[in-house]
Amino acid sequence: MLQQAFNGLVGGAFYALLALGLAVIFGMLGVVNFAHGAFYMLGAFGSYVLLDSFGVNFWVALVAVPVVLGLAGVALERLFIRRLAPLDPLYNFLFTFGLALILQDLVKREYGVQSQPYPRPALLDGTVDLGLFTYPAYQVFVLALSVVVCAAVWLVLTRTRLGMIVRAATERPELTRALGIDVGRWVTPVFGFGIALAGLAGVLAAPMRAVNPLMGADLIITVFAVVVIGGLGSIFGSVAAGFAIGLVSALGNLYVPALSQTLVFILMAAVLLWRPAGLFGREESLS
Amino acid sequence: MILSRLAARPILLVAGLFLALVLPWMIYPPVAMDIACWALFACALDLLLGFTGLLSFGHAAFWGGGAYVAGLVAVHSGLPFPVAVLAGAAFAAVLAVPIGYLSVRLRGIYFAMVTLAFAQMVYFLVNQWRDLTGGENGLQGVPRELFGLDLSDSFVYYYVALPLVLAGFVAVWRIVRSPFGRVLMSIRDNTARAQALGYPVDRYKLLAFVLSACLSGLAGGLFAIGHGFASLESVYWTTSGQAVMMVVLGGIGTLWGGVLGAALVVELNDYLVTAGFEGIGIVTGTIFVLIVLVFRRGIWGTARHLLETRSGGRGASPGDRPPGGAPDGSPAPTEGVGSPV
Repeated sequence: MLQQAFNGLVGGAFYALLALGLAVIFGMLGVVNFAHGAFYMLGAFGSYVLLDSFGVNFWVALVAVPVVLGLAGVALERLFIRRLAPLDPLYNFLFTFGLALILQDLVKREYGVQSQPYPRPALLDGTVDLGLFTYPAYQVFVLALSVVVCAAVWLVLTRTRLGMIVRAATERPELTRALGIDVGRWVTPVFGFGIALAGLAGVLAAPMRAVNPLMGADLIITVFAVVVIGGLGSIFGSVAAGFAIGLVSALGNLYVPALSQTLVFILMAAVLLWRPAGLFGREESLS
Repeated sequence: MILSRLAARPILLVAGLFLALVLPWMIYPPVAMDIACWALFACALDLLLGFTGLLSFGHAAFWGGGAYVAGLVAVHSGLPFPVAVLAGAAFAAVLAVPIGYLSVRLRGIYFAMVTLAFAQMVYFLVNQWRDLTGGENGLQGVPRELFGLDLSDSFVYYYVALPLVLAGFVAVWRIVRSPFGRVLMSIRDNTARAQALGYPVDRYKLLAFVLSACLSGLAGGLFAIGHGFASLESVYWTTSGQAVMMVVLGGIGTLWGGVLGAALVVELNDYLVTAGFEGIGIVTGTIFVLIVLVFRRGIWGTARHLLETRSGGRGASPGDRPPGGAPDGSPAPTEGVGSPV
């Protein structure tokens, strides 16, 4: 039971990292990035290719892959997303949807749909004694790192000037601009950062989940549900809902296995019924 | 201008009907059937996207739901196939009530995300319920039964099924032209004003959602009977995306555009599959990206825009008008994407 709860938190760590990236991007640009799952998949494939073809180990990939993907995100924002930003957000949703299809099928063409193996880094191959039970060290590492990353982002958001701008632009974009703050300057770096977070989640997923071209697509739709549950436009809500949904689905899986895949959507329906703006969202963000 | 429009409509209708009748002579009949089904699906989706301003990214749930229920009824009851197909359409409508009830509370991009999520839930349920649906193998061996007639030839099936497809088109057309359809358009163009005029906006949206789902289920059921099986792919999110692409490629809010988009996409897919090309998503995705970047009016919308500016008439057709309708409170354009078809 405790162990299952821990599994849930580890699963939730991936939801949280992806939801965090989606939320900051959505907050700054008003763009729902469908390609987020594709970048997660590219993160996992990036570390696989680095190891398989160049012998670059996990720890280098953990830094290099998110940086490269973040730069790709910057280019993407500069070249395309920016042009569509003044239009209805649905156009950017459709654009990133097309992009996700392209990335997914390019990888599928190259590597097939078979899952690629990726070994755990040697340092984390053992188990850790957590007092009540022993647990694979790698999973502990994933959970710890994602908590640290989320906490660091939280600190930046609450304690720095940049964080203030991002939060202000997320919650009251027009007012922030009216106060003379150049929101546009931060749009590109924030987009790149969000993509880098997706890449990081992908690298972390490689040793414990199947590395295949379809790994991102289904996950991202679940993360959409997580974001809706957490609260539309709420960064804190997205991360909290990420961990919470991971925990609840793992426990749900334990007691009602038949619902393992659908529980998150049932929760979403319940939240929509009770609070259409999500647990931490505000009603006005609906429009 | 108005005269030429009045003249154009019957000509278009006759031409469209003629094409629908001769299509199986021109191309491989099963492909013709696919085009007819996808065209109805695209029109049903356009009813929501182009005329109500709601982008549903979860219509695979209704197309696929209709397909599975039509297949199950045909397999287990042996009733004539139109009954099975109508059962599929009815199921899609019923399924759309709770999904629509929860989704129409959200607007724009959130509506798209939530419908996508609900469709994914339906996908997981279908995948899980193996005993009934066949899981990943899909529902196999769906018969085509109609009072003992031999429908094994796709050519014959096309003509037997065509009246149902055409009935679906007429339904979409009637809905759009009715007072109800006018209210939908007003909601699309200016939700706040429609609400201020006393229309229960959410209820109108829900009804539009259910009608659109029902027609999508009808199309999906005909598709499943035509192929003899219902596939898991039919409830997958790529199917929703494909239908959206057909509408956007043809032109949002034009109805004819959806038909055109469906024909082009089905033909293209058929060509790629026959040519043994593996990454259809690369082509589909590229088309998506290109349309969104440089061709937002779609084919039909562009053609109409060119005709209108040429004849010096009302060239004010909006180009970059969002599919989600004008934001609340802003003055609505007088001629939306969904102006007279």
